Amino acid sequence: MHEVRRTVEQVARVSYARLVSYLAARSRDVASAEDALSEAFAAALRTWPADGVPSKPEAWLLHAARRRLIDQARLARTRSLNADGLRQLLAEAEDLSTAHAFPDERLKLLFVCAHPAIDARVHTPLMLQVVLGLEAADIAAAFLTPAATMGQRLTRAKAKIRDTRIAFEVPDGAELAPRLFAVLEAIYAAYAFGWDHVAGADDALGGLSKEALWLARTVMELMPQEAEALGLLALLCYCEARRPARRTADGAYVPMSEQDPARWDAELSAQAEHALRLAAKLGQPGRFQLEAAVQSAHMERLRHGTAQWADIAVLYEGLVRIAPTLGALLGRAAAVAEAQGPAAGLALLETIDPELAAQHQPYWAVRAHLLQALGREHEAQLALHEALRLTEDAAVRSFLTQRIPQP
Amino acid sequence: MKYAMLIYEPSARFDARRDQPGDGEFWAPWREYHKALVDAGVYAGGSPLDPPDTTATTIRVRGGQRHVQDGPFADTKEQLGGFILFELPSLDEAIAWAARCPAAHYGTVEVRPIADLTHIFGPEHGLGS
Repeated sequence: MHEVRRTVEQVARVSYARLVSYLAARSRDVASAEDALSEAFAAALRTWPADGVPSKPEAWLLHAARRRLIDQARLARTRSLNADGLRQLLAEAEDLSTAHAFPDERLKLLFVCAHPAIDARVHTPLMLQVVLGLEAADIAAAFLTPAATMGQRLTRAKAKIRDTRIAFEVPDGAELAPRLFAVLEAIYAAYAFGWDHVAGADDALGGLSKEALWLARTVMELMPQEAEALGLLALLCYCEARRPARRTADGAYVPMSEQDPARWDAELSAQAEHALRLAAKLGQPGRFQLEAAVQSAHMERLRHGTAQWADIAVLYEGLVRIAPTLGALLGRAAAVAEAQGPAAGLALLETIDPELAAQHQPYWAVRAHLLQALGREHEAQLALHEALRLTEDAAVRSFLTQRIPQP
Repeated sequence: MKYAMLIYEPSARFDARRDQPGDGEFWAPWREYHKALVDAGVYAGGSPLDPPDTTATTIRVRGGQRHVQDGPFADTKEQLGGFILFELPSLDEAIAWAARCPAAHYGTVEVRPIADLTHIFGPEHGLGS
């Protein structure tokens, strides 16, 4: 029994995304594909211990899920009965039992999850649930959202996919670039979430980063000619490489400039380097490649001193031009401060829309740092208090607190 | 599957179209668009509507009382100016056709699937797609 459970878990880990994508692309109904697949997994746990594990477990699961999907559709007398897709399922059923592989539709499912007709706030949660099979409750916890709210958003998104008949296809032509960007952005958001909350208190959040890295790898493998897909993978690998150095042994926060390069993961960092080089050869610059290049330059600077702050400032300048996000504006201000002095950095910081920045902890941390360097101690303290107000992370809090002079 | 595209236009647009000749430049993009829809076999009906501020009348019946009022349902900057029905296989294609609609470039168009109620009313009512 234990062995069967392990086999089922292994198939789930390796093949869940491919199985659910295949089913959903045919039913064009994500929720019913998920239900059918989970019933198939349950059936496997019931019958395999007695009957033995089939020689092709994936094909068995697919067969079982497909049968449920067709039964369901026959029962439901609504238009979710996608006759063409179901006919295709039936026609393909025979081939599947003999073929080694079934069609890989994961990319189509990723594009559906990040579809412009779906509320952008749900793109990432939808990917985590639909493609990776994460539980809604865990996703809600990761996004600091009440479980009921998250459940509703996910259900609503899936109903829209079904009822408006969103196409399961990889867009082409002029549509591809913006649509791919939405997919990559959703993956990046999943990673950033895991990254921001790597307080050590919650494994689900650190796990999110690993899942995001897996998604980025998947997209890159499926679209190896897309420079930005490579760029995102490079970016995430660089960040992940630095993860072990972000905390001291007793959990204290270590800013990048004080990290020990020896603690960076050499394998991940080499993968990042490789992906970024491949991307550069494709000659399609973009936001994620630039962000990865910034990471690369930071790490080179700390490792060998070969890259300079001025180089990093130039990369940020490019980033601000194509994607003036708060993070890019902040990074540019910090890099310029290092290259040209704190006054120049602060001048750039003050061009950032205060309304945009007010609730952003790193903004106040950078501001405090620059004000301190300029000897404007009183204002620096006010900024530090703002930064403290905006972070729950105990390690970051203690790092910031150390900068406040004790009376 | 049928989709309705609801076309919302700024009031200036309703004023401007009043005296335009049908074969003139003003309507040329609409003629082209309509032809493209028909040629592609996706046009399933539709019509422009007269200007809301001068011709719309709203009616509500509450407690047996009929309340009839001059003017459109909601007083917004952009008003319903017409609708088109598409016969298409996916929302993505409906979005692509909607993006080609001239009004998408100066107003707002909204795409909605036609609710399929054949399971309630039966096929003879022709309700749905």
